[in-house]
Amino acid sequence: MKTVRIGSGAGYAGDRIEPAIDLIEKGNLDYIIFECLAERTISLAQKAKMEDPKKGYNALFEYRFDRILEALKEHHVKVITNMGAANPYHAALKCQEMAKDKELKNLKIAYVEGDDVSSKLNDYQDYVTIETKKPLSAIDGEVLSANGYIGCSGIVEALKNDADIVITGRVADPSLSLGPLVYEFGWSMDDYEKLGKGTWVGHLLECAGQVTGGYFADPGYKDVPELWNLGFPIIEVDENGDGVVSKLPNTGGIVTTETVKEQSLYEIQDPENYFTPDVIADFSKITVKQIGENEVRIENASGKAPNGYFKTSVGYHDCYIGEGQISYGGSNALAKAKLAREVLEHRFEMIGLKAEEVRFDYIGVNSLYKDSISNEMGQYIPNEVRLRVAARVKTKEEAKLVGNEVEALYTNGPSGGGGAVKTIKDIVSIASILIPNDHFHITVGYMEV
Amino acid sequence: MLLKEIAHSRTGDKGNISVISVIAYKDEDYDLIKEKVTEEKLKDYFKDIVHGKITRYEMPTISALNFVLEDALGGGVTRSLAIDMHGKTLGSALLEMEID
Repeated sequence: MKTVRIGSGAGYAGDRIEPAIDLIEKGNLDYIIFECLAERTISLAQKAKMEDPKKGYNALFEYRFDRILEALKEHHVKVITNMGAANPYHAALKCQEMAKDKELKNLKIAYVEGDDVSSKLNDYQDYVTIETKKPLSAIDGEVLSANGYIGCSGIVEALKNDADIVITGRVADPSLSLGPLVYEFGWSMDDYEKLGKGTWVGHLLECAGQVTGGYFADPGYKDVPELWNLGFPIIEVDENGDGVVSKLPNTGGIVTTETVKEQSLYEIQDPENYFTPDVIADFSKITVKQIGENEVRIENASGKAPNGYFKTSVGYHDCYIGEGQISYGGSNALAKAKLAREVLEHRFEMIGLKAEEVRFDYIGVNSLYKDSISNEMGQYIPNEVRLRVAARVKTKEEAKLVGNEVEALYTNGPSGGGGAVKTIKDIVSIASILIPNDHFHITVGYMEV
Repeated sequence: MLLKEIAHSRTGDKGNISVISVIAYKDEDYDLIKEKVTEEKLKDYFKDIVHGKITRYEMPTISALNFVLEDALGGGVTRSLAIDMHGKTLGSALLEMEID
């Protein structure tokens, strides 16, 4: 039976490159995917593109392709990646230029466009956003980007036209893997059971090391060998859509039913209805079976017809967050931190800080779980406490005041405060709307070397 | 007994929603986990943090539960004032829950 081997070379924009190189060289792969586009990343990329029309693709694009281009060619591995971000065309152009510089021959680079609907946003002002339940027009900050999560159709088309490297912008993460499976096995786009299975494969691959023992270790409970040498995953998929998750021998990490179960449910809400542009995947009856060391058989995902809409992320400038931190030591550390908080509360009132919300944390005491859970887990006398304050405000000037007041605790606050830091974050948020998929015009362009 | 003795967990996020899985190490503990780790139990446990609805999905074929916690991330990942804005550490708290 024909099988297809897909590896994962990145699980986020800044991921390591060595495990990807290892996979290309030794993984006997047909494809490698690089998933590098978190929800907000594309808005920041759009900003970069506005400043320089040749930019707006992944910041590590050149670094990665410089390290992998020759190996891809030598080992006949095709790449599918959303590293094009806000500018797949210029990313492809850069890739072509790099391939020429390396004197590579017979390489076809495809770029998929059509996810960017920012120029048509006026048509959707009355669409209600998923986050706020209000119409899009209610957003008062500057809109920076609007990109639909398009499905795998552009990738499939590119592969049909013999592309070796497919560069996309916003595509649903699992579609990066579903594309090559649909193409290789000739699955019909209404064979929802297979599309659901392929979506599970894509979901397991999209966070790279998170299915091979990354984000898993809990010493004494779940131990992972050589975590520093984590191997990235390979899934070998059958033509019926089931498969085997593994990693390279001589790498760190671990592939067990436990790692696969954790990643299967990661960021999934209702397991019976996982919405993607290609299919509503059904993971509610999945089965996993250990068939060898670091080899897990995955079966029984399924799916239903998609809903006909592409979820579209609208990135907008939302607010600023001003933050400051300072540490106190000794057995009276918590009392000093509490006094510092009291000082800050008075100071914010005296200077008239206009904040939508202010939050205080005692790091080491209650910063993760607030008070009720922290108390339930047990109280102790900490010998160091770090006070943190964060405030959400409208302007940068207002945000500056927050950290400045923390810094002023050096000379004006409780005794022995140390290590004060202050930061200002310019916050881009996302509002999501559902746009009918026939409003999108997906195109594929090609460049050859 | 603490939940962590019989289950493991991973936490993900989407906007202002936290998703926490609870997975039995051994299939035979799944029924006990199902009995003890309920929506009501989480509602009370996370009362300082989660302000919306909590929904539990059952996954018998992999002996797991999946919890969806709404209004759980301080207004959403991007604008949350929490140091852990994604709520990634919430699963570790859940595993510390006493289940007897």
